[in-house]
Amino acid sequence: MALDTSTAPTASSKLVKAATSETRVARLTLIAVALGFVALFLLLPLATVFIEAFRKGPAEFATALRDPETFSAIRLTLIVAAISVPLNLVFGVAASWAIAKFEFKGKAFLTTLIDLPFSVSPVISGLVFVLLFGANSALGPFLQKHGIHILFAVPGLVLATVFVTFPFVARELIPLMQEQGTSDEEAALSLGATGWQTFWHVTLPNIKWGLLYGVLLCNARAMGEFGAVSVVSGHIRGQTNTMPLQVEILYNEYNFVAAFAVAAVLALLALVTLVLKTALEIRYSDEIAASRRH
Amino acid sequence: MEVRVQNIRKEFGRFPALDDVSLDIRSGELIALLGPSGSGKTTLLRLIAGLESPTDGTIFFGAEDASKKTVQQRNIGFVFQHYALFRHMTVLDNVSFGLKVRPSSRRPPAADIRRRALDLLELVQLSGLEKRYPAQLSGGQRQRVALARAMAVEPNVLLLDEPFGALDAQVRKELRKWLREIHDRTGHTTVFVTHDQEEALELADRVVVMSKGAIEQVGTPDDIYDHPVSPFVYGFIGQSNCIDVTLSSGEIWFEDRPIGLRAASEPDGVATLYFRPHDIELIDGCGGCLAGLVTASRRVAGTRHLEIDLGKAHPPVEIELPPERASSTDHTRVAFRPTKWTLFRKEGDVAAVSRQAEAPVSELARTGT
Repeated sequence: MALDTSTAPTASSKLVKAATSETRVARLTLIAVALGFVALFLLLPLATVFIEAFRKGPAEFATALRDPETFSAIRLTLIVAAISVPLNLVFGVAASWAIAKFEFKGKAFLTTLIDLPFSVSPVISGLVFVLLFGANSALGPFLQKHGIHILFAVPGLVLATVFVTFPFVARELIPLMQEQGTSDEEAALSLGATGWQTFWHVTLPNIKWGLLYGVLLCNARAMGEFGAVSVVSGHIRGQTNTMPLQVEILYNEYNFVAAFAVAAVLALLALVTLVLKTALEIRYSDEIAASRRH
Repeated sequence: MEVRVQNIRKEFGRFPALDDVSLDIRSGELIALLGPSGSGKTTLLRLIAGLESPTDGTIFFGAEDASKKTVQQRNIGFVFQHYALFRHMTVLDNVSFGLKVRPSSRRPPAADIRRRALDLLELVQLSGLEKRYPAQLSGGQRQRVALARAMAVEPNVLLLDEPFGALDAQVRKELRKWLREIHDRTGHTTVFVTHDQEEALELADRVVVMSKGAIEQVGTPDDIYDHPVSPFVYGFIGQSNCIDVTLSSGEIWFEDRPIGLRAASEPDGVATLYFRPHDIELIDGCGGCLAGLVTASRRVAGTRHLEIDLGKAHPPVEIELPPERASSTDHTRVAFRPTKWTLFRKEGDVAAVSRQAEAPVSELARTGT
């Protein structure tokens, strides 16, 4: 695809070279470097995961996945993602809307705050919740008395995941919404639309692609998060282990096939997300181009 | 519908964008808000629309106080500078949007909505393009879709923000004529904002000249051009020259000599004389005139523009002459006298107090013909 621009004019191109065209050697070298890098650092590890998972054949792979603890880890990961992604979707849209469309005091502060989970180590993010809800915390006795389990249970995992994946949707949407400005919304309002109608018919269609990317990224991270989740999970087998935690436990037990089998499923989920995104991009390429260009 | 703006004040933070502005817009008229950027014209338009709320003051739609109403309740049509078309909707959906979002009690049947949208597209000469998306239209076509969309809700008043600002000169001229025709046919009360005086003077029934958050003058294009009431309007609309003069017993003096103009009822003191480059007569032999060396000469279409140096202490003035009169005057001395002029005086200048650059301007002192 990168090559097809150079092949068009033959006789004249020898005389006057287009300003942006490189020599053949330079072009091939650049492409080779890029592809080589991708192969070495992305494809090779990914391939290793699948090769290791199937090292002892598909039967072993299937047995590893049929293990109830592993099965429970997959289920838990999907549950946590299913709760935290919608939460961050709603928050991300609300925060971007507020930041992009209104002027208010503390706006710069809010923008910085949204980035906080990116700059804080995930382990610390997890630790925060332990300090907040742990037995020795101020809230601890109250929670214990009422039998509310947050740490070492699904709520804790969800909280930690929400915290870590907090910025994905908002980060994707804020620049987009800022660029689009408020005149589309003003136009809808001036035509008599209510706030909700404006959101559904005008704002949401304008941001849907950015929103989709944000959700996909958020989802990938929610399923793959290790550090923060590790701190709050308590590693109770078959109960509070998510897939990344299960991978670690199996690996530490030298159960390589099982560890890589779970890792392969996790990688597959990520790949499905990627394929889905690419498929949507191809399917709606005209619409995406139109919405960017206009 | 008649729109009355009363003592409107709008502050952004502590910065007053509009200061005590009042304006009566007559039903069915096409009125232009004209001013340089930062003059508050767009703010005034958005206040009428209800997209901004005033710090102080009232806006009436007919006899009704619209100030308390939301933008939805005011039922206005607003055309945005960059059109703000809904990019994911077809032209037809864009135009029908305002009718489709109405509550079911007020919403026409779907077939009626479609018919009305198609009628409007015919009015704006876009029949056949109803299935296109905004990105597939030219700038001029988008502009017309935006207008059709605004008119679909049968607005009380049509508000246009720099309607031709984003178009190239040729399309702009065509659309200008066309907008006038549409207005004459539909009779909507229309307010448009522009910084282009040619556009305002050519298109509008009345022009509102604004500067620094206040209205300088309201009048027909003829009024505005022929009888500017302030130095700002004189300078902003069309070409003009201004020179510092002195009044002495009813005579206007430039430096050390009278220039042959009289302002009999004016008290003595300093003043500024304004005149347009084409409102002058050449004089043979100077017995009371302005005179100077021609320093530059340009031929612009049917006239010749001469730049004349009146002396080191003064900015050069420009006069316009028929080419046949000016051909012999290049690089020579010319003597002339304004035939139409206006004197403006700064407050406190009447008793020949020292001149101040930016002092507030008093009432129009005297207009000569």
